[in-house]
Amino acid sequence: MKHFFQEALNRTRSFFRKAPLDQELNVEMATHVEMAVEENMRRGMSVEEARRQALVQFGGVQQARERHRESRGLPWLDVLMQDLRFAFRTLRRDSSFTIIAVVILALGIGANIAVFSVVNTILLRPLPFRDAQQLVRIVEKDAKSGESGRTYTADATQDFQQQNRSFQSVSGYFAFTGPNNFKLSGSSQPLPATGMLVAEGFFETLGVQPAIGRLFRREEFVHHAQPAALLSYPFWKRRFGGDPSVVGRTVDLSDKVDLNNKSVTVVGVLPDTFDFGSVFSPGAKVDLFVPYIMDDFREDGNDLALVGRLKAGVSIAQAQNEADLLFPQFYFEHKHPDYGKGYTGQLTGLKEYVSGKLRRSLIVLWCAVGLILLIVCVNLSNLLLARAAARSKEFAMRSALGARLGRIVRQLLTESLVLAGVGAVLGLGIGWSILAYLAHQGSLALPLLSTVRIDGAALAWTLLIAVGAAVLFGPAPALRMSAGNLQEALKDSGHGTSQGREHDRLRSTLVITEIALACVLLVGAGLLLRSFLRVLDVDLGFEPSRAAAVSVDYDDGGNVARQAAIWQQVVQRASTIPGIEAAGISDNLPMSRNRSWGIAAKGEQKPKEGDFIGVFVYIVSPGYLKAMGMRLLQGRDISWDDLVNNRNVVVLNDTVARKLWPGQNPIGRMAIAGGAVSEVIGVIADVRESSAEDSAGAQMYLPATKQFGPEGSYLVVRSRLPPAALAMSVMQTLRDINPGQSASEFKPIQALVDHATSPRRFFVLLVGVFAGLGLLLASLGIYGVISYSVTRQTQEIGIRIALGATEGRVLLDVIGKTLQLALIGIAVGIGASLAATRLIASLLFQTAPTDPLTFAGMLVLLGAVALLAGYLPARRASKIDPLVALRTN
Amino acid sequence: MGKSKLDLLQGTLDMMVLQTLTSMGPLHGYGIARRIEQVSQKEVLLNQGTIYASLVRLQQRGWIAAKWGISDKNRKARFYSITRAGQKQLEQDTAYWERLAGVMGRVLAMQSEGDEP
Repeated sequence: MKHFFQEALNRTRSFFRKAPLDQELNVEMATHVEMAVEENMRRGMSVEEARRQALVQFGGVQQARERHRESRGLPWLDVLMQDLRFAFRTLRRDSSFTIIAVVILALGIGANIAVFSVVNTILLRPLPFRDAQQLVRIVEKDAKSGESGRTYTADATQDFQQQNRSFQSVSGYFAFTGPNNFKLSGSSQPLPATGMLVAEGFFETLGVQPAIGRLFRREEFVHHAQPAALLSYPFWKRRFGGDPSVVGRTVDLSDKVDLNNKSVTVVGVLPDTFDFGSVFSPGAKVDLFVPYIMDDFREDGNDLALVGRLKAGVSIAQAQNEADLLFPQFYFEHKHPDYGKGYTGQLTGLKEYVSGKLRRSLIVLWCAVGLILLIVCVNLSNLLLARAAARSKEFAMRSALGARLGRIVRQLLTESLVLAGVGAVLGLGIGWSILAYLAHQGSLALPLLSTVRIDGAALAWTLLIAVGAAVLFGPAPALRMSAGNLQEALKDSGHGTSQGREHDRLRSTLVITEIALACVLLVGAGLLLRSFLRVLDVDLGFEPSRAAAVSVDYDDGGNVARQAAIWQQVVQRASTIPGIEAAGISDNLPMSRNRSWGIAAKGEQKPKEGDFIGVFVYIVSPGYLKAMGMRLLQGRDISWDDLVNNRNVVVLNDTVARKLWPGQNPIGRMAIAGGAVSEVIGVIADVRESSAEDSAGAQMYLPATKQFGPEGSYLVVRSRLPPAALAMSVMQTLRDINPGQSASEFKPIQALVDHATSPRRFFVLLVGVFAGLGLLLASLGIYGVISYSVTRQTQEIGIRIALGATEGRVLLDVIGKTLQLALIGIAVGIGASLAATRLIASLLFQTAPTDPLTFAGMLVLLGAVALLAGYLPARRASKIDPLVALRTN
Repeated sequence: MGKSKLDLLQGTLDMMVLQTLTSMGPLHGYGIARRIEQVSQKEVLLNQGTIYASLVRLQQRGWIAAKWGISDKNRKARFYSITRAGQKQLEQDTAYWERLAGVMGRVLAMQSEGDEP
């Protein structure tokens, strides 16, 4: 075996030392001949005869040199270099063809790289944690749409932590963290920060190690512990300039809920690779982490989202069996066994939980981009065929000079590999730019997107598709050549009329394929677009367009009356700002975080557990419903009077009202909401809670009273002006009221809706772009074929015009041919689309996969573009001057 | 076979070179070629030039070594000598060749017996 490596090494070395080695060989061979001459002369030959004999014995000198090179170097590489040099030369000579081919390839390959990288990041690559396959997300089985249905109380969490035998560790995070829930006071203006409360062992469970400092210690999770915080890497860079000495320092951090200014010790910085938002809450950014102290939350209901790490060798199914036995036994609260017990636990691999819902969309995207690549290949085949026709004499000449078909095919393949290679390099650039753009779309609610990059797998994929494409489109001219006739081609034949019917058919078939593929893409994109428009058309139950929200800071010292007074002051002063039509405060906004409580009708008997329905809860001020543009169907809004008198009132949405009192007037009835008896004073139209696509859930709106404090507060204003124009004056007003108001973002409500619809917009945009690209390529293909056939038939058309055919007649003929191709392509495309769209049915929203309007629209578009592509050469044909056409050959 | 010369089988020239160097010691290309011609009594078809392809191949595999030197007539020439690895290879090749020749002999003998029952 050893000599193989030695030989390979030596051969490679010789490959780069051609000149000195040849020189040595020349000396050696010269000596050889001299010796032979001498010996021959010793035998009595004359000088001439001796030399002649010596050369005869030696054989061909050039031949010996060739064989020497073959045995010592890398002959295949020599041939390859030759082919490459030749390919570059030919391609440079035909620069317009080369540029078109490379650009088409770069677009196709670039799109493929970008989509592959997204698919790889979200679907294929494991999560960025150690042994990520062991990580499991635990939620309630019949998870209602709200987060409350997916979370557990502190007591239930601890019971599960103690009793399970399947997990190495179970931890979780506080699921109801809103953006900018903390205020970090520093040297100058206080700045908002988003802090995540995490339970003990959260980072250890995920396997995340701090970049600097340490993780939380056990004693930091007990009641009245010394407050500690971990910083996220980007926040550390942004806020502290990446200063390592911040670890161990204390910072002033105030919680917007209880508003105690606390000195918090920064114990560490998390690594750059850990992005909480991208895994657990797509589109959100988390700045810092603080301990979730169980003792502080025992009576707060379900609020922990659980994550566990399975023990090695334990399957999810085994752990599920155990969970099915354990969870029903857990009480909501140990202190109040009367609140009941009975949880469920659905275990899902964290990866599946994070990206499972996106699988189908991503696969569709992948297929769409694959179709693009196919169209690119078909298009290039077509271009190469046209070029082969022009080069037929060159090929014929080479094969007459002794080149075998295999050698010529290899040369052609080298050419297409060079094209594909250059296209792939440019494509990498395009893909990279697309990904750089996507990775910084923070508002895009897709998981893991911030970690998207071109990695080894993507490079391998690039290589694969580039070579695949070259092999697909490359040999087309060779196919034609092998069928061609050498003599025919060598003769200086002009553009005959009967020549190459076969060839024509091949090109027509390619164009039909292109049209059919583009048709599938267009119909798919059309259906998705229509779904997207339907989603945008959904009645959200509120008017996002002219409303904006800003987080309000205030200090009420925990006094409800004072808080009511502050709210009233804020709302009333905001209402007087010129341009503002309505203002109100809520602790939660639609389509952001949410929580749910139980509500039941108060009857003669005490309602049982099953009588309660889960509803989303909003603690709101008067005016909020109006500011959001929610529609009051019956009754009235909450009034300042209710707050001042601490009256327990509630506004329900239509769904709840109809569920609790079907067919009756709900106004004035009493409900048990969140544990307190409240009077129903109003009913509003349903509001789309989590997204425009899910049906509206159950909701209730309560004033802030002794029983329920708000969890933060957002001032919502409605105006005739664009939100940005109001930002200054609103912030000024808030700062007048409270100088400690942090510089929060003034956020249009529309942004919340856009965030919720962003995945769909993302897919529609990409598929739409691909469909457009497909259409462009298909029209190029049509143009190429028709244009070529016109050029080829110049003489024939000239004769016809000379014999009296009118311009219109010629025009119609050519267009007729185009139409024929387009119609066949569209017919095939419709068939393929009907099969393909069934596969995307689940991605559509209120749109049938056979939606006739979409089909008709896209087919008309495709037909029109095809006609346009055919019209240009047709016009040229009709303008042919018979005299010129007949004279030139 | 008549008078036509034998075409060399793939690899046999390499073996001949190795054997020549074993028996003769270091030699230049011309010497090796002449020696093979003499021993084969002009029965093999050998263009002397082809010997150099064989020499460079053997050298790259590490079976022979080459060194520039001066011939008897004061000419600059390259002298080749067999290496230890080359000797080992030659032993292996020889054993293989003999086995193959034996088998071929037996097979061919069997056929001629079958022809004349």
